[in-house]
Amino acid sequence: MSLPSPLTHGELAIQISGLNKWYGDFHVLKDIDLNVARGEKIVVCGPSGSGKSTLIRCINRLEQHQQGRIRVNGTELTDDLKNIDAVRSDVGMVFQQFNLFPHLTVLDNCTLAPIWVRKQPKAQAQAQAMQLLERVQIAEQAPKYPGQLSGGQQQRVAIARALCMNPSIMLFDEPTSALDPEMVKEVLDTMISLAREGMTMVCVTHEMGFARAVADRVIFMDRGEIVEQNTPEAFFSNPQNERSRQFLSQILDR
Amino acid sequence: MRTSSPPALEPAGPLAWLRDKLFSTRLNTALSLLILGLLAWLLPPILDWLIFKAVWGPQPVAACDAVRGQGACWAVVWEKFRFMMFGVYPFEQQWRPALVVVLLTALLVISAIKAFWRPMLAAIWAIGIALAFWLMGGGLGLSPVRTELWGGLPVTLILSIFGIGLAFPLGILLALGRRSELPIIRSFSVTYIEVVRGVPLITVLFMASVMFALFMPENLRIDQLLRAQVAIILFVAAYLAEAVRGGLQAVPKGQYEAAQALGLPYWRTMGFIVLPQALKISIPPIVNSFISLFKDTSLVVVIAIYDFAYAVKKSTETDYAWKKYFIEAFLFSILVYWIFCYAMSKYSQWLERDLSRSAQR
Repeated sequence: MSLPSPLTHGELAIQISGLNKWYGDFHVLKDIDLNVARGEKIVVCGPSGSGKSTLIRCINRLEQHQQGRIRVNGTELTDDLKNIDAVRSDVGMVFQQFNLFPHLTVLDNCTLAPIWVRKQPKAQAQAQAMQLLERVQIAEQAPKYPGQLSGGQQQRVAIARALCMNPSIMLFDEPTSALDPEMVKEVLDTMISLAREGMTMVCVTHEMGFARAVADRVIFMDRGEIVEQNTPEAFFSNPQNERSRQFLSQILDR
Repeated sequence: MRTSSPPALEPAGPLAWLRDKLFSTRLNTALSLLILGLLAWLLPPILDWLIFKAVWGPQPVAACDAVRGQGACWAVVWEKFRFMMFGVYPFEQQWRPALVVVLLTALLVISAIKAFWRPMLAAIWAIGIALAFWLMGGGLGLSPVRTELWGGLPVTLILSIFGIGLAFPLGILLALGRRSELPIIRSFSVTYIEVVRGVPLITVLFMASVMFALFMPENLRIDQLLRAQVAIILFVAAYLAEAVRGGLQAVPKGQYEAAQALGLPYWRTMGFIVLPQALKISIPPIVNSFISLFKDTSLVVVIAIYDFAYAVKKSTETDYAWKKYFIEAFLFSILVYWIFCYAMSKYSQWLERDLSRSAQR
């Protein structure tokens, strides 16, 4: 299969080779090989239970793999806690359920990690947080608590919170799946603008419009395997694999 | 089309309320009448005994004997007040434990006020505790009083405050330990919690008092009160651990994951993210443990420590003339225990409401 070669520009942000993972007897990831170049935007899709969330959660070690290697910005993920911390502070993650800290204000959500992990002075962390909240267009909500915001607003705060650590890579785990339909756009727009600024992104999502707009590659997973990967145009207009075709017909016919 | 205005309210007023709440159905009416009848029958003699025919104020025992069986003898509280409050503490020095009671109560009250929740509070406590021990034990210009002579309410307050103050962090550590991924820490915590919860406090106190001395070198003497204090702390910590664990389990997994994804290390994750949420959820069972602890300090009587309950008991037992009025003395001690426990309960309810209001969830 001929791929557009994203690997030509810059070094690799993420290198995954021979990755295998089991939950008990269940083989959830099978021989995954995946390289992500710096600045590349990847959309991972596939039916539920295909292992796509597990895959990106392995990238910041929310899940442990049992076989194979994962290197993030050159640092290999092993049991070494120092490496794990280094990777985590350089990789931002946005969750399906937002996972904001409900007992902290929006601003405190954003400054907690910069202050305690990056050891930034409080004033600097707050200034940067306000800047990023501005960028996701929610600065006026800074003194509120997450419970007072809509789902879309919460997800934008979650994006700002991750960005406050100045990550070089952002992982999105179905960021719009828990949102009411009218709020999907505001979150996708934020993600698109982030992509345009050159962030390395790995997004698990079924938002095909987003994939068309920003993805360099679409990766289709099924039953723990990468079944097909291609540019969005090629993938959507001419899927090569039977399972990809079936999946696309299901999500596009909705 | 109907308007969306709310339906007309029921007619208000006390009569309407009575009809609605007490006499709405035939059964309800019968039950209401039955209960009112019982009250009319029982309440007057009880009130007579408690209040109207009771002997109030500092009166001689003869005044009580005159109305014996018809009115309570509250004069016993006046007569034995100093002994109940301070036990066998040297009589002319009893201003010292009195000051300690005021001091500790004041510390508790300011700690309950949100405006005082700043680092300064820890310093205030440190000074307050040092003052309390100086006042109780003497030295530096005050005549020394051995802990065997300490007694009454200050002992109950000291055992409770240190019990709560030290068992609480220990309980949190045990709860975290029980959920740890490190097998040695986890099995130690589980074993500790399950063993301690499986034995009565009274046996732990006996252990601390009697058995402990058998295992220790003879020249090492550890104060009896201190041993009781340590036993209470270790005992209550196991219960608090289980209360906190309930809260920890109620914090969604996503909160841990979000903290991990931000690179927050374990203790920061616990301290900033998980525990604030978990403890808020566990306020009711935690306060429940505090209230139990406060009352259970009265068990130190089995190792001959003069706490408040024991001092109250002894106060009438040792005086032939007043001996028969021990019921009034006990009722008084019940009132004192109840005031402290009710204050804790009310405060925890307020705290819970206040915390949930500020988080707007």
